[in-house]
Amino acid sequence: MLNNEKIVGFIGQKILRLISLLIVVCFVSFMLIQFSPIDPVRAYIGEMPVSEEHKAKLEEYWGVNTPPQEKFLNWAGDVLKGNFGTSLIYRMPVTDVIKERFAASLVLMAASWLFSGVLGFILGIVAGMKKGTWIDKAIKTYCYVLAATPTFWLALILLMVFSVYLGWFPIGLSVPIGVIAENVTFFDWLLRLILPALTLSLLGVAQIALFTREKLIEVLSSDYVLFAKARGEKGLDLVLRHGIRNVALPAITLQFLGFSELFGGTVLVEQVFSYPGIGQAAVAAGLRSDVPLLLGIVIVSACFVFLGNSIADIIYQFVDPRIKQQEASI
Amino acid sequence: MSTAVVTVNKGVFRGLNLRQKTFLIIGFTSLLLLTIVISSVFLGDESLQTNFGSKNLNPSPEHPFGTDWMGRDMFIRTLKGLGLSILIGAFASTISSILAIILGLLSSTGKMADSIISWLVDLFLSIPHLLLIIIISIGFGGGATGIIVGVALTHWTSLTRVVRAEIKQLKTQEYIHISINLGKSKLWIATKHILPHLIPQIFLGTILMFPHAILHEASATFLGFGLSPHEPAIGIILSESMKYLSAGYWWLAFFPGLSLLIVVLAFDMIGDNLGKIMDPRSAQE
Repeated sequence: MLNNEKIVGFIGQKILRLISLLIVVCFVSFMLIQFSPIDPVRAYIGEMPVSEEHKAKLEEYWGVNTPPQEKFLNWAGDVLKGNFGTSLIYRMPVTDVIKERFAASLVLMAASWLFSGVLGFILGIVAGMKKGTWIDKAIKTYCYVLAATPTFWLALILLMVFSVYLGWFPIGLSVPIGVIAENVTFFDWLLRLILPALTLSLLGVAQIALFTREKLIEVLSSDYVLFAKARGEKGLDLVLRHGIRNVALPAITLQFLGFSELFGGTVLVEQVFSYPGIGQAAVAAGLRSDVPLLLGIVIVSACFVFLGNSIADIIYQFVDPRIKQQEASI
Repeated sequence: MSTAVVTVNKGVFRGLNLRQKTFLIIGFTSLLLLTIVISSVFLGDESLQTNFGSKNLNPSPEHPFGTDWMGRDMFIRTLKGLGLSILIGAFASTISSILAIILGLLSSTGKMADSIISWLVDLFLSIPHLLLIIIISIGFGGGATGIIVGVALTHWTSLTRVVRAEIKQLKTQEYIHISINLGKSKLWIATKHILPHLIPQIFLGTILMFPHAILHEASATFLGFGLSPHEPAIGIILSESMKYLSAGYWWLAFFPGLSLLIVVLAFDMIGDNLGKIMDPRSAQE
């Protein structure tokens, strides 16, 4: 009974928090873009010369001359009704653009999230078990170097090695915007996914591996492990029975907290591989002043990050048996 | 800071190899970074003259990083780019640190201030970092100003949390309670008891902020939101190199990116090693 009440309270609090955050995020990002000294029409047409008449038309299309507060209220009212407006560069509703793009990005992010999580966890366990040996040092060095690697540079290098020299993957990985998902075969699509996912996975490993290593070393130096050793447990068995159970939950939590970093990495990687995902759309929207699309992406990404943090919170508060026990004893 | 190190030294500094090694690493990496910054500042623009007679050359002893499509030496371009990155990183980190100190201190003044600042931290962390930098950069007109403001305004969150937690933890300490009971003024306690603990943390936090700031600046510039294409920035060099990838000019991307990696790694190493020295527990290992 008490637990149910707690869960309802937790969810209610989370929803309130999300709403308050979203309102402020919407307002602040809208105003930032609104008061930007960059002329949106100029940003859109670039260096092309246009006639005054044409420019005036474009300005109207962009809504340059409407007062900002009126524009914000119009936009916010539409958003409340679920209408995010029309993307100026793709010329279709923002919700459709985001749906299509986010789905593509989600596949990419999910693949690299899972792969980097599993690989990082295993590497961390191995490094922690063999603390001080050359394996540990090698894994540690790998993680430190990767943590300092610029995402887009690694993407460029992989693109160069695997696409240009080995020719295993196409160089321009993009599909023309007009082509819909059904026209792309599954194999094509998988081929496009491998390199970006690999880049993100390789980079994502560092944090989780170092964290797992640290935690495992902490657990292995605890009293109960000493006791287990005294009882005759040793080697992999000991780590499996006492180490992994204690380390897994914090590691998974950390992985959920990394949604923000993951999104940032996706933006860069998509740009290099011209993968038609939400990151690429965000960059295009930003560079060409597509305000409705950019704001839509900001909202979606804020929800995405919030979801990750909330899951981490749930794991922390409801799943972890140690926290439960602590509360019971209080 | 240096006096603190010296006092720690007295007792333990008897041919301790780890400590010497740590100092050596710090000295060497700092020297490397200083060399990059100084040489990039003093290298004039004339060293980047276009020379179409020597365009797209492979790396050679004469041009260690090769040359680009306009015949400019990539080594000098990279050097200038790194110098610029470090300077922007330094400037943005300093501003971020100042913000973090102010907000961290404010949060310890009362419950209301504390919850407002926690909420502010949550707000800044609620959007993916890179996207936030992009929006702020657009809001401030893009270009160099936009990117510097963007990077400076988004890196204070972690240090603010550290300062806030540190003050909270210090306030519960026995010796602070004793000081209060002895009738010491708040100012006295703040300057004599709390500040000495905070300064190393802040210093370290600033240095560890550097690599993030540099990488974020390069990323945003790479995407086209940062410095203008005329600037010799690493992000510009790399986004330019993308056009020549299929032509097989691998050196255009490889060396500049690797140099950036080394610079970031150097900052990480300085930070980690300084942290080791400043923490009395690990300093004596």
